[in-house]
Amino acid sequence: MLTQILTIIIFVAIIGCILYGRQLIKTEKVDAVFGNPERAKGGTHWVVVGTSAILLVWLYYSWDIAKGFYPKSANELCQVAKVNESLLGLKYQFPIEEREFKSTSIIKIENKNLKRVTKEIQNSPDLNDQQKNILVGYIAQTKQLIPLLTNEDLMEINTKLQIKELTEQIKLLSSNFQKKDYPFESDEQKTERQKALSEQGSWGIITVRTGTGSIENTIEVPMVPETNKGLKFDVAAKELKIINDKFFKLRNHNPQFKNSIKKLKDEIKAYRKSLGDTEEVASTLAKDIVKIARRIEYASIYPPAALNEMKTAIIEFDNVQKDQQGGLWLIDLILFPAGTIVSSGTSCSEQGSGRWLPKPSDTFNKFVLMSKPSVGYKNIPLLWIEMIDVSSIVGFILPDWIADILPGEYPVHTNEGIVDQNFKGKVLKVVTGDFKLFKIPVPYGHIWDSFLRVFLGLVFGIIIGVPLGLFMGLNRFAKGFFDPLIELYRPVPPLAWAPLIISVLGIDNTGKVFLLFMVSLSIMIISARAGASGTQLSKIHAAHSLGASKKQILRHVIFPNSLPEILTGIRVAVGMCWGTLVAAEFLAGTTGIGFVENVAKKYFQYEVIWITIFIMGMLGLLFDITLRKIIDKTIPWRGKG
Amino acid sequence: MSDLVSLNLNMIFKSPKGETVHALKDVSFTLKKGELLTVLGPSGCGKTTLLNIAAGFLRPTSGKLTLNEKEIDGPGVERGMVFQQGALFEWLTVAENVNFGLRMKQENHEVTAKKVEEWLDIVGLKGFGNTPTYQLSGGMQQRVALARCLINDPDLILMDEPLGALDALTREKMQSLVLKIWKETGKTIILITHSVEEALLLGERLYVMAPRPGRIHKEYKLPFAEMGLKEDLREIKKNKEFSSKREEILSMIWNMEEEIMGKEN
Repeated sequence: MLTQILTIIIFVAIIGCILYGRQLIKTEKVDAVFGNPERAKGGTHWVVVGTSAILLVWLYYSWDIAKGFYPKSANELCQVAKVNESLLGLKYQFPIEEREFKSTSIIKIENKNLKRVTKEIQNSPDLNDQQKNILVGYIAQTKQLIPLLTNEDLMEINTKLQIKELTEQIKLLSSNFQKKDYPFESDEQKTERQKALSEQGSWGIITVRTGTGSIENTIEVPMVPETNKGLKFDVAAKELKIINDKFFKLRNHNPQFKNSIKKLKDEIKAYRKSLGDTEEVASTLAKDIVKIARRIEYASIYPPAALNEMKTAIIEFDNVQKDQQGGLWLIDLILFPAGTIVSSGTSCSEQGSGRWLPKPSDTFNKFVLMSKPSVGYKNIPLLWIEMIDVSSIVGFILPDWIADILPGEYPVHTNEGIVDQNFKGKVLKVVTGDFKLFKIPVPYGHIWDSFLRVFLGLVFGIIIGVPLGLFMGLNRFAKGFFDPLIELYRPVPPLAWAPLIISVLGIDNTGKVFLLFMVSLSIMIISARAGASGTQLSKIHAAHSLGASKKQILRHVIFPNSLPEILTGIRVAVGMCWGTLVAAEFLAGTTGIGFVENVAKKYFQYEVIWITIFIMGMLGLLFDITLRKIIDKTIPWRGKG
Repeated sequence: MSDLVSLNLNMIFKSPKGETVHALKDVSFTLKKGELLTVLGPSGCGKTTLLNIAAGFLRPTSGKLTLNEKEIDGPGVERGMVFQQGALFEWLTVAENVNFGLRMKQENHEVTAKKVEEWLDIVGLKGFGNTPTYQLSGGMQQRVALARCLINDPDLILMDEPLGALDALTREKMQSLVLKIWKETGKTIILITHSVEEALLLGERLYVMAPRPGRIHKEYKLPFAEMGLKEDLREIKKNKEFSSKREEILSMIWNMEEEIMGKEN
């Protein structure tokens, strides 16, 4: 429903905005010369068109429009796909899908193989003439097998009858298929089908596994036919499958052929046994000939005209089923671009752009579902709040050795088995967080974890990088001493460090925060250094003659003067950290947005992948906008000094 | 005695290539308290070097520069400086810029705020206290720089082409302001300029310096600064004596430039 409305709105918006844009060009007074930058200003209506176009392409290629307007089309196409799947095997026997009869192509291939082996025999230096004669004799015998199969007169009457029977079955199906009341479903079958129907859900359904709360893989396309048309195809597909199976069991073997091939096999077997260890070449070649003979045996080679009637019946059925599809083929053609629904034995699935490009509606529903803290992903919510007692935070922040360095001893239990608490023991309780106070809300979840890692890495980078960078910008020793260290690790792509750092510091937060610290440190040092060394000398001179001390100059002149560079550095560092973090979370970890995407990839959960991409984009944008706001607030003089 | 005394000041720079540049050679002069000295000369004559030594940013190779009989050794509050481009701190407002020196001395906030108001009034920036400096025009920025320097009550004010980057009209207004401040505060001022007119208009005394080696070429005692306090500056420029002096100095500098070009070729 939502998709339908959205699609219509998009169409209206695009057409309306284009008309408005054309109208504007006619009436506007701006100098209409090419190259005037004024002409690029404004144009919100084109933004609407651009956005709508993207949305429309997304809706269309994800087949969401098909789902919105024809929700049952996928199910029907699934049934058609079942028929096609059953037909495919039969069709391949005839020049319908292929260029030639299957029999013809097998004969061609095996003749070629025989020729190749003959050549090999004649050119082999390891064979004596006698061996060569024997092997060429076998080849001639193998060749003789083919006419035994293709001769119509030799064909067994039983085989002929069976082919006739199958052909009649196909013909019957064709005529039944066109009848209105086909398939002749009994009440019992009907109730059974309706029961299955009520259980299966609709196209692209999301199921949540009860208990664990994880999102299951979606059932892409429901199998049980929902419509009468679909039911027709479903039943026909089942019948065709039986015919198909019967046909493939059928072998065109007559007594002469059976005798000949048995004789050949036995002769070769005996010959190979008679060969000594040194005559391996002859043995191998003989084996090759047997293989070819066997292939001829198992291939269904028929006389040229034997299957003509069957072929006609199949083509007729194919035409009938296409006819019966009605408008469905048009929906398939137009609303299922770049692919279609395919059936493979036990399931129907989307194949093409609809598979990897999730439907906006599905994605939205899934996102809403995943946002629920009870669902989340892998039992961890995306972003939620947990009530945590202040004590555990205090215990985490305060180091335990505070208690150790206090004078006195920890309490020892008495003979009565009582422990008398003393001051030192009480302090230990505080620093280890072994007390109860009040609870405060603390955010947690995948998004929060990713955010916190970036934030901590960045903060450490700033705390260490900025003073060091300023120092390096002002002091020759510092610049010379620290420069090699930084230049040694900075040019290495941060991800190249990731495996090392993660294996040393662990897959949890420590490793990732350290990696991000490394990324932000070099950026912060370089930008702070550039800021410090870019201070105008006259400003420093002015500050000197105004009586400022070294410390004051650093604090009141050089630092504020470097702020634009430092803040720009932070903005760059945030971007770099964000990119590195996601990749680091791919490598290892148990939480984080990158982790979610990596797991979703393993289970082909395309919607989840797109959701994570979207979340990352949004968070990246949020970081950048926040920093831009901070920059505009704190350094309004930037570029105006 | 609060004189500025220069005794055989020499300044020799060595370039990384090993060439030596004699920026100042045996420069000796005495500047009495309350005098306004303008220094003029072609580029490379060492006038900025002289100023930097006076400010304490550079140490002379030999010779001595004393203020109030104390040798100048590093920058100090008693010598204020005004730069060509203002060198204002653009992250501070006008008032904060003016207040900078007092804030560094950590003086009482209320007292300094009052002083800042007074000085903004003197330089004609009343009501601009909370304006960010990057929103000011060039002339206004120089006014802020003047106030920022004067609020520290220095004995000596050093001005390095303070009006060089201003347009002609603003420049004239600022020249009047400099004269006014000089008169009202009675400060010793050294003003470096490359405009002959400005040097003549503002200088009670005028040194024309010559390059290679940098030295004082000629010294003038001028009446125009005193006249400028009463008369319109434009009227003085029409004065015959003024024009003849201007022509004399211009041709002098012209010759120096010719000489340099000759040496180079």
